Amino acid sequence: MNNKLSETSIGTTVYVDSIAVEGRVKRRLFDMGITPGAEIYVRKKAPLGDPIEITIRNYELSLRHSEAESVLVRSHK
Amino acid sequence: MINAALLGNPNCGKTTLFNALTGSTAYTGNWPGVTVEKREGVYKNKKRGSEEIKITDLPGIYSLSPYSPEEVISRNFILHEKPDVVISVIDATNLERNLYMTTQLLEMDVPVVVALNMIDAVAENDQRIDTRELEKALGVKVVSISALRNKGLDELMEAVSKAKERKGTSFLPFKETLEKAKKIYEDNHIDSPLFHAVKALEKDELEEKENKVAYNEVNDLVKEDKVDYESSIADERYKFLSPLVNKVIEGKKTRNESEKLTLSDKIDKVMTNKWAALPIMIVILFAIFHIVFAGDLFYMHAMGLDLGEGYLGYIKFNIGGEEVRPFAGLFYDDAGIASIGEFLHRLAGDQETGILGCIALGIKQGLIRAGASEWVIGLIYDGVLGGVCAVLGFVPQIMLLFAFFSLLEDSGYMARIAFVLDRLLRRFGVSGRAFLPMIMGFGCGVPAMMNTRTLSSDQERTKTIRVIPFFTCGAKAEFLVIIAAAIAAAGGLDAGLFTFMLYLLGVVIALVSVIVMTKTSQREKVPPFIMELPAYHLPSPKALALHVYDKGKHFVIKAFTIIFLSTVIIWFLSNFSWKWEMVEPNESILHDLGVFIAPIFTPLGFGSAQTGGYSWIFSVASIQGIVAKENVTSTVESLASGLGLSSFEDIATASGITKGGLVGFALFNMLTIPCFASVATAKGELKDHKTFVFTVLFWLGLSYIMGIVGYISVDYVWTLGITLPLLVLGGVGLYFYDRYKTKKEAMAA
Repeated sequence: MNNKLSETSIGTTVYVDSIAVEGRVKRRLFDMGITPGAEIYVRKKAPLGDPIEITIRNYELSLRHSEAESVLVRSHK
Repeated sequence: MINAALLGNPNCGKTTLFNALTGSTAYTGNWPGVTVEKREGVYKNKKRGSEEIKITDLPGIYSLSPYSPEEVISRNFILHEKPDVVISVIDATNLERNLYMTTQLLEMDVPVVVALNMIDAVAENDQRIDTRELEKALGVKVVSISALRNKGLDELMEAVSKAKERKGTSFLPFKETLEKAKKIYEDNHIDSPLFHAVKALEKDELEEKENKVAYNEVNDLVKEDKVDYESSIADERYKFLSPLVNKVIEGKKTRNESEKLTLSDKIDKVMTNKWAALPIMIVILFAIFHIVFAGDLFYMHAMGLDLGEGYLGYIKFNIGGEEVRPFAGLFYDDAGIASIGEFLHRLAGDQETGILGCIALGIKQGLIRAGASEWVIGLIYDGVLGGVCAVLGFVPQIMLLFAFFSLLEDSGYMARIAFVLDRLLRRFGVSGRAFLPMIMGFGCGVPAMMNTRTLSSDQERTKTIRVIPFFTCGAKAEFLVIIAAAIAAAGGLDAGLFTFMLYLLGVVIALVSVIVMTKTSQREKVPPFIMELPAYHLPSPKALALHVYDKGKHFVIKAFTIIFLSTVIIWFLSNFSWKWEMVEPNESILHDLGVFIAPIFTPLGFGSAQTGGYSWIFSVASIQGIVAKENVTSTVESLASGLGLSSFEDIATASGITKGGLVGFALFNMLTIPCFASVATAKGELKDHKTFVFTVLFWLGLSYIMGIVGYISVDYVWTLGITLPLLVLGGVGLYFYDRYKTKKEAMAA
């Protein structure tokens, strides 16, 4: 069962399953290291609720809810 | 001479490395055509007789797939300008993502040296990186350095001078396909065939445009393949890197959430806390502006404490029969204690105060002694020195502002501001990153516009640059205060309240303009906001100083040349008649030009119809304000003294200008072309000439219309019955236009 990264609760660790968007955004997500199998730790939400901050490949990245929606994740490796 | 280029991710310490290598020989310049900074400098080897190395600093990017103008530049520089060596700068504390671009770079036929920067930070984390192993895996020389502590730089440069020609190599698994695709590019005689072949497999947009024939051939070749190259290439790069990074890092691997929080994490917990983030941000930004611009640092004046006439200064001169005290009010005056920025401004001074004043007055005294004629003294002292000193006097204050903003940028807090505010600003059509250039506009538009380089799309940059002038800058504050005083004297609003309302109106107009542009001329898909949040760190004073010096120099040169020229011209026009005789201002060429254009301002309430014989003063002041906003008040006041009046208030009374006319005058000057310095900056920063021309027309048109609206709304209140419905109508029209366009765009897609 795959969930969207945008729906993942704060403080959990998940693994990227696939990217459900094409083109520019997909390429950018890949370039930043969000590729299938990568481990993501959801750190926090911005004070206004969006964007979110995650830890990926040992660094901190922020992305909007709308972009996080297209990152499908699973809870195991 | 060896040409070496620095390529690396943003925040990998590339600029620090560049500065460490080139020292003070660095200079900045705009890249031809596209406005992203490229810097060049020369590394001078300590050993005698060895070759000089020219270093080019390329924009910090994450990938060689061209999705932003900066990425196109870096890619094209390496492919077309063909540097002798590319130094791949890596943040050693973040190997995996940094090496990602290195694997792309290695596909090009170019000599590469990998510089593992911030190696000292790795050691602090009790880690070690096995560079031998990394060299073996990547096939190129790897050098550990610390740009901040000047470690390993000579070794790096030696590796650069020894770097050998090499052919591109790839770590991607689909060897057969790659060979075939590479062959196609070789047959088309394209350099770096492997790199291009990979890009073609990735269905790279720029590749398709540049090498259409080969691109199509490659994609025909793999049409039947089951592999989705587009998505698997990035994936495979990381699949190669993850185990490699694990292998080369010795010591504890990754930290996980159960471990102790780093100091950076702790700071971030407070700075982006749900409740505290916004108040903290407001306090920090307010404190910066207060320290840089306030004339009443501890609010003593505001609390009713009168400090008397202020510090008089012990140095006094007697020049041309006048006593001048250039350092009066240096630390405090009747308006309160000066902030650091204000102190620096007063210390530098203008043509009759501060250090510059001493120099200028000295020159004037010398001229008087030498028996120079009045017009020579006038030209040199009032014309040239007046203009130059006014600009130079402003520089220390602006540098202080630069220093604070560099501190925000280098410490990592800037990225957090964007993170916190993105949601709010996206509603208007820009990303959180646009907030900083906008707020910098309150200080000075020139650095603000330069700061838009961090924005991700051309449209976003255009929108931001166009609205920056609506954030009332320091120079505009001066005339707004004086106009406010005149309005208060005419029985209008309280001066403080009026000034505040104008500031607020500027922000509202900026936001509305952004919305309108987003829905009309600057339509775009919302660009992704996928941004790294770097760890907080204390910037090194050296890096900070270089940063400030770099930006400050840019500002001085731009402002200097333009303002210098324009003040000399204006001085001539206001002191000479058509017959080239020196005359009083009200018989000058400028007077006649002012009279000629005054009717233009009649609809704004301060033209020939309302202000009669004084109309030329308002017109000339407005035109002068386009050169530099400081000119608005200085023009009015210097022209007034020629007429025997002492202040703006007197002119307002004498001319019979109405409250509405004053509002029109304030609004026009507040919103119109900000100054020559910022026009020159906008020209450099906007993507093409057409956008630039439209930007200038936009400033002129909007300020003219707002001037009219301001005038008639105050003097003929009933006109609100027309303007307000028109505004609503415009809003409704915009809504339907947007809906229509969105539908059309959806259809096209």
